[in-house]
Amino acid sequence: MITKRIIPCLDVRDGRVVKGVNFEGIRDVSSPVELARYYSDSGADELVFYDITASAEGRRLFTDVLAETARSVFIPLTVGGGINTLEDFDRVLKCGADKVSVNSGALRDPTLVSRAARRYGDQCVVISADVKRVDGVFTVFARGGRDNTGREAIEWIRRCVGEGAGEVVLNSIDTDGVRGGFDLEMLRAVSDAVDVPVIASGGAGCVADFVTLFKTLPRVDAGLAASILHFGEVTVADIKKALRDEGVNVRI
Amino acid sequence: MIGIIDYGVGNLFSLQSSFAAIGEACVVTGDPAEIRRADRLILPGVGAFADAADKLRRSGLFDLILDEAQKGKPLMGICLGMQLLFEKSFEYGEHQGLGLIPGRVEPIAKTIAPGLKIPHIGWNALQFRHKSGILEGVEEGSHVYFVHSYHAVGCEPFTTAVTEYGGLLTASVQRDNVAGCQFHPEKSGQVGLAILKNFAKL
Repeated sequence: MITKRIIPCLDVRDGRVVKGVNFEGIRDVSSPVELARYYSDSGADELVFYDITASAEGRRLFTDVLAETARSVFIPLTVGGGINTLEDFDRVLKCGADKVSVNSGALRDPTLVSRAARRYGDQCVVISADVKRVDGVFTVFARGGRDNTGREAIEWIRRCVGEGAGEVVLNSIDTDGVRGGFDLEMLRAVSDAVDVPVIASGGAGCVADFVTLFKTLPRVDAGLAASILHFGEVTVADIKKALRDEGVNVRI
Repeated sequence: MIGIIDYGVGNLFSLQSSFAAIGEACVVTGDPAEIRRADRLILPGVGAFADAADKLRRSGLFDLILDEAQKGKPLMGICLGMQLLFEKSFEYGEHQGLGLIPGRVEPIAKTIAPGLKIPHIGWNALQFRHKSGILEGVEEGSHVYFVHSYHAVGCEPFTTAVTEYGGLLTASVQRDNVAGCQFHPEKSGQVGLAILKNFAKL
């Protein structure tokens, strides 16, 4: 049977990995290529590179780093950040990305998902949603969690899947960087609403949070982790061993 | 020299990088002369069967690949490239494949238990069937990376491994010099690299 995936997420700015707490107070962590290789060797099932660069120069550094990573790491690579057009898809796919995740780009131009899915296949298009409760309603935010779009999240995600998104990354702004566990309530709502794989993001603080995630929500396919891994307190192998001990099927 | 056949379908960067990583010379090419010169061939592919088969025919590579394989040149299809090795596919209609391996391509929905997510995306374990050169030295139960909604059926005599996803899906096949993997060896870590290395020696 298919395994639950553990996916380290590397936020990259100007060619270096960073990680924020609630998207604020970003701290430098390490070199993306080294970190990617380390994670791949320690059992990561996939990697996400998130480009949070604003400048053209930073973007060029990012694609260089991506290509260098893809030449030495042989697990699936997903790229997100700054994906607004089909040309952006093309740019990162040529550098070795396997999947491309869209967020603000899809909110600005809702035809992006369907056009990308037609050209590159559903398996290539990941919808990433930053979601926060506003007056008790799951609401989609754009631009790295800064702008409230006023869109209800479940409806938005369902629509993107209908247009061809092959996977969903759900990032709860409410739990991101707090490290108090995944947002189970929000994840349940999304994984009940769609039939494509759902990847949980935001809130992993310890190994037990991954066990709770997959035991509570068997329909969730993967867990994303950043700060918990980057500072070396916990390894991918620790997480997988704990999952296996609890009877969750993982690749070891 | 390994020729990775370029017919405008799919991303060949990772395959090329994988062969570089295991020290095997390869070339990405759609040029018939270069394909004829290659010692062995990889047929990659993602997307829809009909579109890919059509592109192969229009580029004149369909007959060339058949010819090279029938002359005994090692050929490995990957993902959609593996599906193209079969006689026909029932992905949106009925379409002819290369017919190098008996069998047909059908939706996995006909095989798997209802309620499971489609496509079958992620890492799944190999269960061995017939012995195969490309799986030499690979441990049974090793995980490899799949992304697909269709799979080959009716090819049991040539099935070398299956994987369980609410039913058994064909993971790899081999008939003499022609092999195929439904999964992506170039995305399957060290296990995948070992499989590519085996193909380079086939």
